[in-house]
Amino acid sequence: MKGWAIAALLMGAGLAAAQTPAPSPTPSPTPPARRSGFDDMRASTQALQRDDAQNPAMLWVADGEALFARAPASSGAPACLACHATASLRGVAARYPAFDAALERPVSLAHRINLCRQRHQREAPLAFESAPLLALEAYVAHASRGQPIAPPADARLAPFQARGQAIYHQRIGQINLSCANCHDERAGRKLGGNPIVQGHPTGYPIYRLEWQTLGSLERRLRACMTAVRAEPLAPYDQDMAALQVFLMRRAAGMPLETPAVRP
Amino acid sequence: MAARTLISIPKTARKGEVIAVRVTIQHPMESGYRPDAMGRRLPRDIVQRFTCHYDGELVFAADLFPAIAANPYLAFHTVATQTGMLELRWSGDNGFSHAERVALTVT
Repeated sequence: MKGWAIAALLMGAGLAAAQTPAPSPTPSPTPPARRSGFDDMRASTQALQRDDAQNPAMLWVADGEALFARAPASSGAPACLACHATASLRGVAARYPAFDAALERPVSLAHRINLCRQRHQREAPLAFESAPLLALEAYVAHASRGQPIAPPADARLAPFQARGQAIYHQRIGQINLSCANCHDERAGRKLGGNPIVQGHPTGYPIYRLEWQTLGSLERRLRACMTAVRAEPLAPYDQDMAALQVFLMRRAAGMPLETPAVRP
Repeated sequence: MAARTLISIPKTARKGEVIAVRVTIQHPMESGYRPDAMGRRLPRDIVQRFTCHYDGELVFAADLFPAIAANPYLAFHTVATQTGMLELRWSGDNGFSHAERVALTVT
């Protein structure tokens, strides 16, 4: 809030209007060239991600494949696979978050899986960040590995993208940092000995060595919010979806690496 | 109790060749020292021992301890002597036991 207030004051005084960077509606790839977090990892961690026989996230992908083909026990509804053929999954994760007409807002892939579960399988939603939900998300996203991130050209997403961009540049928390402060302005430098990455969501859900488990983009974003001592956004919050819309647009064209390994 | 595993073993090898065996098993490896959200200590739940038998003969074994991270990954080498089965077995707390059998053809 403070940052905005100062900017507003300066603008009002007509002193620094020219220097105040207005958020552009379509973010251009920022120089230096965009880098995936993969490029900043140690060679040993990169090797772990490259080899499917070693990548621990493949355990969840295998779980997800089994869950995808299994019909829910109670309701007698068909399995995911009955509607979504394996070949149709290719490229899907590269297009999320997508606009949901019924909710009139963008939804992430995990949210969509849960909505599909409720609407078409008449099942209770899977718990946020639970192992089966992550497994399904990892399996679906894994089908798009190597595909360039391609946000849908959906005009209904535009206001959410703008909202996401505003959140990205909004200073938050006691430490009073915005996403852009680190991941645009200080990317490539160090924070506590660790490289600051550009923050492109290319490999979610990721197996993070620190977590010792698979985690979603929302978990990663919530961890960042907690780290700057701000209140993290609630699961599936509309602002969280807007932020993801912006991040995927920012990373458009970069290949998906799912399931990625990160330190 | 079944568990998900990732196993990397060559299907075929020449006689006398040194082969790499790489295995990962899905397991929380709960150390027994962490508190849960209510402050209660989470009971220990770890894989305690891994063994690999090649045609019935023990070729590799490892004891695992609470400080080992979740989803433990082990890599070791053995000499391909004859066509046979590699039997991998993990056992641990709460009666945890998982076995995998992988065929190796030696030419």
